[in-house]
Amino acid sequence: MIKGNFIDNLPKVYGIYTGGFLAFIIIMAIAEQMGMSAKVIGICFVAFTVAIYAIIGWLSRTAQADAYYVAGRQVPTVFNGMATAADWMSGASFVAMAGGIYFKGYGYMALLVGWTGGYVLVASLLAPYLRKFGCYTVPDFIGTRYGGNLARLLAVIVLTVASFTYVTAQINATGTIASVALDIPFQYAVYVGLVSILLCSMLGGMRGVTWTQVAQYIVLIIAYLLPVFWISNKIGAGFFPHFMLADEVARIGELEAQYGFVANSKENLAMVPKGLAGITKAHSAVNATPWAFISLALAMMMGTASLPHVMMRYFTTPSVKAARKSVGWSLFFIFLLYSSAPMLATLSKLSLMDPSLPTGIIGKSIADVQAIDWYQNWNQANLMFISDFNGNGTVELNEFFMGGKAVVLATPEIAGLPYVISGLVAAGGMAAAMSTADGLILAIANALSHDLYYKIIDPKAETAKRLVVARVLLVVIGFAGATIAAMEIQGILGSVIWAFDFAMSGLFFPLVLGVWWKRANREGAIAGMALGLISGAGYLIWVRNGGSGFLGITQLTFGIFGSAVSLVAMVVVSLITSEPNAATQKMVDEVRVPSGRTILGKQ
Amino acid sequence: MSKQAQHWEKTRGLLMVTLAIWFVFSIGIFLFGAEMNEVTGPFGYPLTYWFTCQGSLGIFVILIFWFANRQEKIDEEFGFSERGDD
Repeated sequence: MIKGNFIDNLPKVYGIYTGGFLAFIIIMAIAEQMGMSAKVIGICFVAFTVAIYAIIGWLSRTAQADAYYVAGRQVPTVFNGMATAADWMSGASFVAMAGGIYFKGYGYMALLVGWTGGYVLVASLLAPYLRKFGCYTVPDFIGTRYGGNLARLLAVIVLTVASFTYVTAQINATGTIASVALDIPFQYAVYVGLVSILLCSMLGGMRGVTWTQVAQYIVLIIAYLLPVFWISNKIGAGFFPHFMLADEVARIGELEAQYGFVANSKENLAMVPKGLAGITKAHSAVNATPWAFISLALAMMMGTASLPHVMMRYFTTPSVKAARKSVGWSLFFIFLLYSSAPMLATLSKLSLMDPSLPTGIIGKSIADVQAIDWYQNWNQANLMFISDFNGNGTVELNEFFMGGKAVVLATPEIAGLPYVISGLVAAGGMAAAMSTADGLILAIANALSHDLYYKIIDPKAETAKRLVVARVLLVVIGFAGATIAAMEIQGILGSVIWAFDFAMSGLFFPLVLGVWWKRANREGAIAGMALGLISGAGYLIWVRNGGSGFLGITQLTFGIFGSAVSLVAMVVVSLITSEPNAATQKMVDEVRVPSGRTILGKQ
Repeated sequence: MSKQAQHWEKTRGLLMVTLAIWFVFSIGIFLFGAEMNEVTGPFGYPLTYWFTCQGSLGIFVILIFWFANRQEKIDEEFGFSERGDD
C-alpha cells in the first residue's frame, strides 16, 4: 500500500489515519447505542489516541543529531503548519479559551487577536532568517550571532523560565483530562499524562514530536469543530455557524437587557464554589478600554514571536521559502479553531439562556434544574452551581455559575449530543495539551543539551553522548514539571500568559535586532536579555505583592515593561560599546540572503 | 549600490508595508472599538465583535501568504531564490 519514501507518502499516511480515526468514532457511537457505558467510552478514546501517538513516537526513533534536533530539515510546509498549530494550541486554547470568551467577552478576545497577529511578526521578522541561520535551537542563534558563552547562557535562562512556566500548565491540563477520563486521582493522573508525553518525544526528538503533532492536530480539530457544527444545526442556528450566528448574538444581547446584570453580594458569592463564575459581562459589547485591549494583544503578539518552541518548528522546513509559507499554513490551521471558539461560546450561552430552547435554564424553577442529569453530573464535578439568592424559586441570570472549562467540556452534554462526542472532546483536549507540552519540554531539553552541555561545557562530546544527555534531560525536566503541576499552584490560563510575558521581556528585541540591526553587539544583547528579564519579573513580583503598577500595565502584560527596558538597554549599551567585528557583520549580511548554504552549515 | 544592498532595501520596504497592515488590524482599529461596534459588519455581526472573532484573524492569514509571495518575487528578481521544492 505504501511505497517509497515516507515524506512523499505523507498525504496518504495521514489520510488513512484520519479515515481510521473517523471510523473509530463511528464504532464508538454504535457501541454507545448498544449500551457501552460512558466511562468505558471515555477510557477508549483517551487510551486509543495516546497509544497511536506512542506508536508514532516509537517509529520515529533516531540516533542522528539532525533528525533529533530538527527532524532532518525535511518537513513539508503544510504538515509543518499542522504540527505548529498543534504545538501552539495548548490545553488553554482548547479547554479554556471558549470559556474565557463566554465569561469575559470583548476584553478577553484581545487574546484571539494577539495569539494570531503574532504570526505576522514571526513570518516577517524572524522565522525565515533563523531558518537561513541553520541553528538547532534559539539560543544557538543568539550565541553565534552575538558570540560568547554569556549571551548564549542568558538566552538559555530566558528560554527555560518562559517554557517551564508554560509547561507546568500543560502537564496540569493532561493530568486533569486523564483523571476525568480514566477516573484516577489527579496526583497520579499527572504522571500518566507525563509518560504519554515522553513516549512521543524521547526516542525521536523533534522528528517524533513532528509526526505525533500532526496526528494530534487532526484529532483536536475534529474534536473541536464537530460539536460546534452539530449544536448549531441541532438548535437551528444555521448549518455553517461562523457565517450564520448574527441573529443568535443579537438574541443574547436582548436577553441580557431583559434579565439585567444584577451584582451579587459578598455573602452570596462566598457560597459559590471556588473557580466558578456567573455571566456578568455583555457578550458582544465593547467592555474594555482601548489600552486594556491593545496592551494585552500587543504583549501576546510579541510573546508569540519570542517563544522558542514555536520558532524551532520553522527550523525543520526544507528551505527558507518553505519556512515563510509554513508560517502562513500554521496560522491557517490555528484560525480554524480560534474562529470557532467565539461561536462555541455563543451557542453555549444561548442554549442556557434562551427560555424558548428546551435546554434553557434561566427562568426555570430551581427544583427542576436541580433534577436535570447533566446539572447533577457537573455540579458533582464542581463545575456548575445554582443557588436561589433572592428566594423567588426560579433561576436568575446572576444565580447560575459555571467553571470556564465547562463551556467546552459540558456543552455537548447540555445540548443533548451523544456521550461519544464528550469522549471525543476529552481526546481532543488531551491531544492539545500533550502536543504543546512535548514541544516545550523538547525546547528546554534541547537548549540545555545543545547549548549548555555541548557548546559550553563539553564541545568535544560525541553525537551519541549528546543524544543520551538530551534524553536524560527530557525525562528530568518532564518529572520536575509534573511534580510542580501536581502541587496545583497556579491556574492554567494565568501561567500561559505569564510565559508569553517572560519570553518577550528577555528575547524579543535580542532576536529581532540580531537580524535587523547590524550594529547590535554582544554587550547590548547581554544587557537587553538580563535587564529585560529582571525588570519584567520584578514588575510582576511588585504588582503581585500589592504594587499599584503604572501606565495600566497589569500582571498579565508585564512583558510590555520588560521588553521596553530590554530595547532601551540594548540600544544604549550597543551604541556606547564598539561595533561588532567584520566577520559578524558579514554573517548578518549572509543571513539576509535566502539562497546559499546555512550559516552554521559552513563552519 | 550592490545587488545585495538593493535586495535588502526592497525587503525592508516590504517589511514596512506588512507591519503597517498588521498594525492597522491588530492595534489601530481597536482604538475605536466602542464606536465601530455600533456599525453592522459582515454577516450581520457588530463590526468590532466580528473583527475580534474572524476579521483580524483572517486578514493575518492572508497577509502572511501575500507577504511570502512578494518576498519570493523580490528574491527571484535578484537571483537569490532557492532552487527546488517547498
